[in-house]
Amino acid sequence: MKFQSRRVAVLTAVTLLAGMGLTACGGDDDGGSGGGGGSAEITLLPKNLGNPYFDASRTGAEKAAGEFDGEVTEVGPDQAAPDAQVSYINTAAQQGVGALVVSANDPTAICDALNEARDAGVKVVTFDSDTDPECRDVFVNQADAQGIAKAQVDLIAEQIGDKGKVAILSAAANATNQNAWIKLMEEEIAANHPNIELVDTVYGDDDDQKSFDETAALLSRYSDLAGIISPTTVGIAAAARYLSTSEQKGKVALTGLGTPDQMRAYIKDGTVTSFALWNPEDLGYLAAYTAEALINDDITGEEGDTFEAGELGEYTVGADGGVLLGEPFVFDETNIDDFNF
Amino acid sequence: MSTSTVGHAVDERTYAAYSRPLWWRVVMTREFAMIVLLGVVYLWATGNVASFDGPLALYYLFLDIAPILMIALPMTLIIITGEIDLSVASTMGLSSVLVGIFHADLGLSIPAAAVCALAIGTACGALNGVLVGYVGLPSLAVTIGSLALFRGIAGGLLGTEAITDYPEQWTDLAKERLFGPVEGGYSGGWLGPVTEPASYPLVLVPIVVLAVVFGVLLHATSFGRGIYEIGLNEQAAKFSGVDVARTKLLLFAIAGAVSAFAGVYYTLRFGSARGDNAEFLELQVIAAVLLGGVSIFGGRGALPGVLAGVLLIGIVSSALRLEDVSSNVINIVIGVLLVLSVISTSLLAWISGLRVARTKSDHPTKGNQR
Repeated sequence: MKFQSRRVAVLTAVTLLAGMGLTACGGDDDGGSGGGGGSAEITLLPKNLGNPYFDASRTGAEKAAGEFDGEVTEVGPDQAAPDAQVSYINTAAQQGVGALVVSANDPTAICDALNEARDAGVKVVTFDSDTDPECRDVFVNQADAQGIAKAQVDLIAEQIGDKGKVAILSAAANATNQNAWIKLMEEEIAANHPNIELVDTVYGDDDDQKSFDETAALLSRYSDLAGIISPTTVGIAAAARYLSTSEQKGKVALTGLGTPDQMRAYIKDGTVTSFALWNPEDLGYLAAYTAEALINDDITGEEGDTFEAGELGEYTVGADGGVLLGEPFVFDETNIDDFNF
Repeated sequence: MSTSTVGHAVDERTYAAYSRPLWWRVVMTREFAMIVLLGVVYLWATGNVASFDGPLALYYLFLDIAPILMIALPMTLIIITGEIDLSVASTMGLSSVLVGIFHADLGLSIPAAAVCALAIGTACGALNGVLVGYVGLPSLAVTIGSLALFRGIAGGLLGTEAITDYPEQWTDLAKERLFGPVEGGYSGGWLGPVTEPASYPLVLVPIVVLAVVFGVLLHATSFGRGIYEIGLNEQAAKFSGVDVARTKLLLFAIAGAVSAFAGVYYTLRFGSARGDNAEFLELQVIAAVLLGGVSIFGGRGALPGVLAGVLLIGIVSSALRLEDVSSNVINIVIGVLLVLSVISTSLLAWISGLRVARTKSDHPTKGNQR
């Protein structure tokens, strides 16, 4: 006992300390980015890591940082849960980085943490998915909801001859973006496409299998369905995968928001004619320039502030601190090979 | 479980151990090693990690680990009896969802909603306790089942929705600082040096109260001795008059209540009730308890070591996050720490066994190769 317990104590301490020491060496290498403060140090916090969409945004943000001589550090949780983002926001507040560029997993859950970071002097830019306006300085909007809704309705109208039954395959039932778009799509259809009937909205929860199953259920429920709109990248890819092997391939139109990598095969095999999205690389690029403008006090987030965003040109801050990237981009057979994300 | 523990337990209680002075026996324990290690790591982090010594570091650290600290207390008692409760995080998620629903849909005030959630959490724990204590099922199987059951109910009640509308006074309370932020600096008094604003969140008060209550319960009452006896040898405990079934029922019910309280705190801190709140937190709790020197086989461990274990995991992950280390690497480091701490105990027991065998000392030779 006497030997054992002392040795346990000593060896435990030594091994654990050795572990700590090793990780410290590893950490110190990139630790330099944490200490500086003041310069254009930007922490990029996507909804989750390992998502090709946010990888493209990071590429854009890093490109922008290279141009204005700033530094972008990407951190984030493995899963898109709001509470997981909070500890990274807290960390950025402690580090005193120049700006935090974040895509919110929940519009309110991370609000307090963001405001604490702002109290600590960190500028907060949201991109892709916004929080409540009082929790951030500027929201870099990928395309205004109106434009996105209209682009998708126009695409489906064109593909089904402007008449017939249409259904929507969305993400989660409480997804901020999707719900805003769906509401506007309903209005757009009611106002300008009297012969299109929106028969159902189903939720695939941004889960591949669930979206796949919901597509199958939609097609069996409405045998005369003319088209499906899926305003989420996971949903449209799963729906396309179902359609491409079903009898309805080519008969039921599918459009929505997708990424070129996921949709390339379905464009080429004729399952999908065209779909829309913005360019996430441009989005990250613009978000980084917005962060830099805030850090340098070129803008404060007031409506009417203007700033230069490198090769994208001049941008003006709109109502509620919003900066609009531009019109959605339509991908089809002619241009899909030009994109890689 | 208990049979393999007996050899070690006897070893633990040989007279040789008690022939040392009291201070020696206190210093030469696993718990004391953890506390020393905690101090060393804390000092290292303060000196080497930029902004770890800032006023926000401890505040956020305690806010983050508060649920783990709370649940680790009853979990320690349960693991010392040789059982385990894997359902705590699911109970937490369920309680979070219930607070949201009671408040938003039924219009109850936050305290009333919290009391209801606590009652249901206690019932959840009691269900585990009855199945383990009175029906005699293995806790691993029972709580894997209830892990899925409670999480399923939580997810089923809210689906993918979130309830995010809570009165500000309550969400602020969850993040309140002890004595509140004071303009132009704050006198730390007995809590430490002058910092601004105060580094200690109010949630530490219930945690300290709970820690004292659990400490007294485990280390200074006959109920607590019974907990160790059950872990060392359940049959012997029964014969010596410990009501094993009632003890287990109580412990699981308490774990349910504390988990539900942690769920209420979690909901208010993040201002969000979701079915997937606190998913996988049970693993962090159990990891911290084991790191704190509690034997997974039961019968051995103490609360101070566990508290040090929780704080150690919290400090390591906070410091690494501040160094921009990715979450995967942080998980790897915590995992390695845990495996090393478990291996070191067994490995040294084995080495010490070899040494005893070679020198033919007064100890009978023991295999101890687990």
